[in-house]
Amino acid sequence: MGTPLASRVFVSAAFLALAGCSGSKPAGTASAVPAIALPANGWSEEKQARHALDRLGYGPRPGESSDVARLGVGAWIRRQMDPLRVEDTAAEARLRSLPTLGMSVPELLRAFPRPQDVAKANGIEKDGPDAREKLKELIPAGRRPAVIEQELAAAKLVRAVESRRQLQEVLVDFWFNHFNVAADKGEDRWMVGAYERDAIRPFVFGRFHDLLRATASHPAMLFYLDNWTSSWEGPGGAAGKRRRAGINENYARELLELHTLGVDGGYTQADVREVARCFTGWSIVPPRAARAAEKGAGAMASGGGMGLGAKKAGTPPASEPGTFVFRPRAHDPGEKTVLGVVIPAGGGRRDAELVLDLLARHPSTARFVAAKLCRRFVADDPPPALVSRVAEVFTHTDGDLRAVYAAIFSAGEFWSDAAFHVKTKTPLELAASSIRALGGRVDAAAAAPLVRQIALMGQPLYKCQPPTGWGDTAESWVGAGTLMNRLTFGAALAGGKIPGVAADPSRMAKDASDPVRVATLLLGGPDFQKK
Amino acid sequence: MTAETLMNAQHDRRFFLKSSGLALAGFGFAPGFLRRALADTASGRRKILVTIFQRGAVDGLAMVSPVAEAAYSAARPSIAIPPPGSGKGAAFDLDGHFALHPALVALRPLWNEGSLAIVHAVGSPDPTRSHFDAQDSLDAGTPGVKSTPDGWQNRLLQARPEPAASAFRAVALQPNLPRSLAGRAAALSMGAVSDFGVRAGRSGEALAACFSRDYAAAADGGLRTTGREAFDALRVLQEANPGRFTEEHGAAYPSAPIGQRLKQIAQLIKADIGLEIAATDCTGWDTHAGQGSSTGPLAARLGELGDALGAFAGDLCERMADVCVVTMTEFGRTVKENGTRGTDHGHGSVMLVLGGGVRGRRVVTRWKGLREADLFEGRDLAVTTDHREVLGEVLTSHLGLKDLKAVFPGFASSGSQAVKLF
Repeated sequence: MGTPLASRVFVSAAFLALAGCSGSKPAGTASAVPAIALPANGWSEEKQARHALDRLGYGPRPGESSDVARLGVGAWIRRQMDPLRVEDTAAEARLRSLPTLGMSVPELLRAFPRPQDVAKANGIEKDGPDAREKLKELIPAGRRPAVIEQELAAAKLVRAVESRRQLQEVLVDFWFNHFNVAADKGEDRWMVGAYERDAIRPFVFGRFHDLLRATASHPAMLFYLDNWTSSWEGPGGAAGKRRRAGINENYARELLELHTLGVDGGYTQADVREVARCFTGWSIVPPRAARAAEKGAGAMASGGGMGLGAKKAGTPPASEPGTFVFRPRAHDPGEKTVLGVVIPAGGGRRDAELVLDLLARHPSTARFVAAKLCRRFVADDPPPALVSRVAEVFTHTDGDLRAVYAAIFSAGEFWSDAAFHVKTKTPLELAASSIRALGGRVDAAAAAPLVRQIALMGQPLYKCQPPTGWGDTAESWVGAGTLMNRLTFGAALAGGKIPGVAADPSRMAKDASDPVRVATLLLGGPDFQKK
Repeated sequence: MTAETLMNAQHDRRFFLKSSGLALAGFGFAPGFLRRALADTASGRRKILVTIFQRGAVDGLAMVSPVAEAAYSAARPSIAIPPPGSGKGAAFDLDGHFALHPALVALRPLWNEGSLAIVHAVGSPDPTRSHFDAQDSLDAGTPGVKSTPDGWQNRLLQARPEPAASAFRAVALQPNLPRSLAGRAAALSMGAVSDFGVRAGRSGEALAACFSRDYAAAADGGLRTTGREAFDALRVLQEANPGRFTEEHGAAYPSAPIGQRLKQIAQLIKADIGLEIAATDCTGWDTHAGQGSSTGPLAARLGELGDALGAFAGDLCERMADVCVVTMTEFGRTVKENGTRGTDHGHGSVMLVLGGGVRGRRVVTRWKGLREADLFEGRDLAVTTDHREVLGEVLTSHLGLKDLKAVFPGFASSGSQAVKLF
């Protein structure tokens, strides 16, 4: 198996070098970009390139394996870890046709009003067929909230298929899934895009700690796991004023179980309770449109451009709907003890920040995150020795994710026959890699049919309801029904029958008399389901 | 022989036995004799188990409320279900102590006729309040042992090997196989029976034949097995066409996923293609905030489930003597409502057992009550009956399983008459 010794020497050298330059740098640029040393394993350059493109990206486009092999696989990986230096203007240009991607949550709430807010502002009181008809007239199709999730899913597919920053897109998908929120939980529809853009994307090459902090304070997470309404139970707190106020444990538990320590990471029910107490008061301004913006949504749409109209003058940003707010009166002021560490009374907002510090640096977190990354990049059941080494790098670099990735991509285990082509593609990965293999493109403005196909294969994008996120092993993805839907997808793609997707079957079936049939059999075949 | 090669050898043997008959059939024209043969060995009034997993942890105290206890309404100032006789939205009295959620109105006739039993304060001996862990534990059927490779429903199939079993012996009506059905015995999963197949117009059948060969030769063992099971199933479906069975006796399934899934399970049962175990998930129970009382989000989910069960029992009518439906959930929820008019993760909850000759019209429970001293860790309904006790009863009494230890290793039934269901 590979040459683990060589990579271990490299890794320790890497984090010694990194240790000096951490700390003061802004999030997202935590460290220099480490070099990647590929162990000699007897693979051809082309095979190494294929492996890298399959695991660090969404599979090769025609001819791409040879291109990467020519550049040098180690150099390509290093470049992928420094995405700002990868020219990506074509994908960026295509994303410009999706205006919601750049809008803030308050802007989205104004541009795509909640139907119930429009109803209220226009005196529609009862729900029913008549009311819905009236609302349809008041809110034209282009201003319905469904537009937001359509554009979000379209952007994901355009990026997966066309971005040259492939590793960045894979990591955004990975970390979003790690800190999962679901667009179909109530008002999260207005917040999930901003969450990915502001709390996940900027930090995937930064520090775990920054990712954790960004997700913990983001309105999408506070809403999804109910922390925004969790408040102090004691006398004099919010409970004194508002009947029924009190603690909600949902976020606290998932923070420990799914985001940091892992279920066997050594916490108790008492810890869950104490963490929840620390997070009381971490809240959001309720995500509903400001009164002035609701009336005559239709008129607004035909008048001004999308989104930025009717901003309430003089409203401080902190009180805009759908933004973070710390509510001191809802916060439990007492002393707490989390994982044996006493958090003194009177800490206010800082209590939860201390909890996040504690969790980000906890050895269980290092192990849990290392195992999850190794499962994503190496094998469903990753070698324990590799997980331990990666966890060590996590700990020694204080959660510098670039150093952690480098440790995995330099590992003998990653470049071993036991890891080659053994992972099963998720439906998203199958769709993106199929379109890439056919040299194809996704029309950003018409991606809905492709989104539906991916949902039929078992993965409705941005709509994984449980906080666990999607599974990352073969058995999470291939049942008899979803297998048939994979075959159906391949046939539709090769046959040019998915509106909004352009793909050329002859790219996969050179000189074949029936390229559609050949490409269909290749895309649906067992080999192409693996990466 | 490693575990993996052993598994492959077993798969291969199964495939050989099945393909010896099916190879003749090809696609689209499985001969009638084959179907009759399958029906004879595999059906003939075979007993059927349908399991519904309420993933997300349903609030058992809202589903079936101990309305007679003062502690119940005291713990839940805004979400308690109003007691029977209190007017609109009141619960339906079951036995003076417990009452059924008003949204489960479709279950009342089943209760009254004695074909529905309710088990309360049921759950796992594992105290975890993690959804994932608790679901995994219940699916594996070995609480406390995380390394169990297969699920309890798969071990049930293994415990009663059927070399010539129908491809439809075990089916999950959902996109992917639940952990409970995972293992070396064959099991199918499909989101929608009517869409099952390679949908590519006129070339669909020819493509399916090619893919069938490709997957039989797949290097990946998991894909090889799934492919084989999928294409076997396709042959059976093309012959049996279960979609032709429409609802009977005025049954009306709700449009919610659980309604459509139970409707398809009923079609598979009527098609007589050897179904023995059907499993499906039912989600939306993680009610941390604003769960409501007689109405509200939880009531809406319960209404869908109740209506679906009512339609299923009505549709199958006298066949329900052969069909037992069991609901389960990973844990219950806190006795007290939380700060956001919802409930957090708790411990004991409720299971429903419907049809299959169950001695119904009873709330079967070893009830401790809701006083704080009687609660698990001072906050949750204590578990007094193990999930496996209920499932074990169903397996032995309804399905006639001889050796429960093969399905639930390390579990010994309490043998208590207090929880006898049949």
